[in-house]
Amino acid sequence: MSSVDEVANEAPAVEAVPKRAMTLGYGTSLVVLALLIIGPMFVKNFIVFQMTMLLIYALAVLALNILTGGSGQFSLGQSAFYAVGAYTSAILMEHMGVNYALTLPIAGIICFGFGFLFGQPALRLSGIYLALATFALAVAMPQLLKLGFFEHWTGGVQGLVVTKPDAPFGLPISQDRWLYYFTLVVSIGIYIASVNLLKSRSGRAFMAIRDNEIAASAMGVDVALYKTLAFGVSAGITGVAGGLGAIAVQFVAPDGYTITLAISLFLGMVVGGVGWLPGSIVGSAFIIFVPNIAEHISKGLSGAVFGVLLFLVIFLVPHGARQVAIVAQQLIGKLKK
Amino acid sequence: MTAMLNIKDLRAYYGQVQALHGLSFSLNEGSLTTLLGANGAGKTTTLRAICNMVRSTGAIEFEGKPLSGKSTENVVRLGIAHVPQGRGTFTTMTVEENLQLGAITRNDKKGVVADIERMYEHFPVLKERHTQQAGTLSGGEQQMLAVARALMLRPRLMLLDEPSFGLAPLIVRELFKILGKINREDKVTILVVEQNAQLALELADKAYVIETGRIVMSGSAAEIANNEDVRKSYLGY
Amino acid sequence: MELFINQVLAGIATGAIYACMALAVVMIYQAIDHLNFAQGEMAMFSTFIAWQLMQWGVPYWWAFLLTLAFSFAGGIAIERMLFKPLAKAPVLTNVAGFIALFAIVNSVAGLTWDFTIKQFPTPFGSSPFLGSQLISTHQAGMIGVTVGLLILLYLFFQFTRIGLAMRAAASLPESARLVGINTSWMIALGWGMASAIGAIAGILIAPVVFLEPNMMGGVLIYGFAAAVLGGLTSPLGAVIGGFLVGVFENLAGTYIPGVGNELKLPIALALIITVLVLKPAGLFGRPIVKRV
Repeated sequence: MSSVDEVANEAPAVEAVPKRAMTLGYGTSLVVLALLIIGPMFVKNFIVFQMTMLLIYALAVLALNILTGGSGQFSLGQSAFYAVGAYTSAILMEHMGVNYALTLPIAGIICFGFGFLFGQPALRLSGIYLALATFALAVAMPQLLKLGFFEHWTGGVQGLVVTKPDAPFGLPISQDRWLYYFTLVVSIGIYIASVNLLKSRSGRAFMAIRDNEIAASAMGVDVALYKTLAFGVSAGITGVAGGLGAIAVQFVAPDGYTITLAISLFLGMVVGGVGWLPGSIVGSAFIIFVPNIAEHISKGLSGAVFGVLLFLVIFLVPHGARQVAIVAQQLIGKLKK
Repeated sequence: MTAMLNIKDLRAYYGQVQALHGLSFSLNEGSLTTLLGANGAGKTTTLRAICNMVRSTGAIEFEGKPLSGKSTENVVRLGIAHVPQGRGTFTTMTVEENLQLGAITRNDKKGVVADIERMYEHFPVLKERHTQQAGTLSGGEQQMLAVARALMLRPRLMLLDEPSFGLAPLIVRELFKILGKINREDKVTILVVEQNAQLALELADKAYVIETGRIVMSGSAAEIANNEDVRKSYLGY
Repeated sequence: MELFINQVLAGIATGAIYACMALAVVMIYQAIDHLNFAQGEMAMFSTFIAWQLMQWGVPYWWAFLLTLAFSFAGGIAIERMLFKPLAKAPVLTNVAGFIALFAIVNSVAGLTWDFTIKQFPTPFGSSPFLGSQLISTHQAGMIGVTVGLLILLYLFFQFTRIGLAMRAAASLPESARLVGINTSWMIALGWGMASAIGAIAGILIAPVVFLEPNMMGGVLIYGFAAAVLGGLTSPLGAVIGGFLVGVFENLAGTYIPGVGNELKLPIALALIITVLVLKPAGLFGRPIVKRV
């Protein structure tokens, strides 16, 4: 008997989420959309800025959700892709004078390539090994950005200041509001594209791989292609989010993209519900507002609050916001009767 | 003779799927019983249910004490040794360590040392290889090791799950001879699950036939062996 | 030549710490098939406990032993309360659990002892070892303590009944239960030991990297690199991996131009990915086959 006898009967990487359960109904979508459009008209600029960040992080969480909830691959390294996107936009705008809107697709494409390339070695890794490799990527990224070699472009430790764009055509709205609506349009576009991606042939291939990789390959799914593709798409969307983030914050620096960011995004996905795309915005709200409140109470508290809440989610609502939404829906249904 | 193991209305489940549908049977102390059945009939599940390795309902009593709610390791500590399908050899450890593991719940050091020697008498091939990694043994040798490991517990009851699986006929014969000897000389009650019905019926004194999670026939081994249906379905003549 | 020997010895000294971290990671991996991303934070927290005890006037070695006992109990408590209920949960849930633990421990340490850098004493002193400029007494102490620990662990696993039971539970849980081993408690014990081993690593490295809540981040990455290099299924491999990584890190920093302190983490990253891609089982690990 050889060592091949030892068989890993692992728990599944990610619990399977049926495709139908991944999106929202039309009615609910329209209500959320209306809120997102009308809301910022009546609030202060700072809150508009926070809402912009909400959308941006929601995009990044969505990207992770496609990777994990869709294709069953982990990443604790999304901050690295976010950083590459942010730096791409910043460098293009500040060094080359490219229009901010044009930098986003470029950031997306560069990150897609980066993600696709990183997906190549990641192909041979699964579960925790992939978590480990991406974790190491996230930890190493700030140091790579600080390298003296790239300093001319990246500004080294100091980072780069990014100019905030004005509203076009002389529209009479503030820079913050303009950026918010710009981000909203980009987000909606990406959300719709993502929903369609998951409903497409590729989406089915992702999910087949998630649920059983060996069986998927036996059915003729090109596992290598779709796994790297999922990585690429996820990184690309994260890159766009990073670019938007750089424009909104008006600043990029290596220490803005540490492992903490990657962990936050991961957290946002778990809280929002793995595989439930609309949950991304819930998760994003969680990672933006919870630390704000916690740090308000005591400096350094946010980590503990994050951790405790995360454990509560794991133990009480393992499917995150999706589960809450389903329960709420059932309650409403009962009330109607 | 009193019943040592009494099973009543045993139902077992894998997730939503029910594998046993109300199984009842009993084992007499000192007996050698065989449980026959085709693939998927529920033989392995029955053994696993006795050791609480699968979710089940119904009553299982061992020497008058109920087993339900006891963890696998506590069932084993009562003196029930289980030789699982696939043998469960600790392949990365030495033969001797495997034997020591069989006796890990015992506190009499001297007795354990003596029992290891006794196992080497039963199975001389294990003595030759006692420092070898168990994973390097042949299938038959690993089956011997699994039986020896189970005996190290000094069990009152031994459950064997398809000991003949994947072994050459000669080796199966030898193994079954040893099982009979253990049953007679060491007074170990044995329940053996088998697909190899012919050999099992030669060895056993009592037999049950199980089909899709139910006992469909029971009797002395000789009766069962002479039954028309059994001969057609399981013995092939 | 002297520089070379000096760097190799320094590498072995830090490698000893990586070896401890890798060993802690492997012990938990063996027990539950998950990587403890919070291993470094747990070690950091233990080190703070030791520091606090010394601040209260407890002599060094007593503080050392008390910290080990605390870490051992703490590791068991964490497993019983937080991770035992997750045993059958998807991998993702477990990863989330480790991340949560990471955040909590880091934050609680910061809140309790704040984020300023603290000196940590060494019982060995930092004079040249045996009058030689090659290595300091603290570095020699690091190597000495680690080697002593490894010998003790070897004896424990090879010659005690409970060590045998732990090995059995880690390699084949079901078979282990069938010989009467309480595998659930073996897992808890593994956590306790891993936590205590991590504490030793933290206490030994603290005089070098200084004590603060983020001190173990880089060390843990190197510990992971070491564990992966040696093979996550092999405790011996993890230890050898630790020493190899320590020496490699120091030599690369000295001889490859452009690799200063700033590139140390990217090197660990490159190492992890290279090993995982080329030889996922590591140098000494066993390949694991998956069935549908």
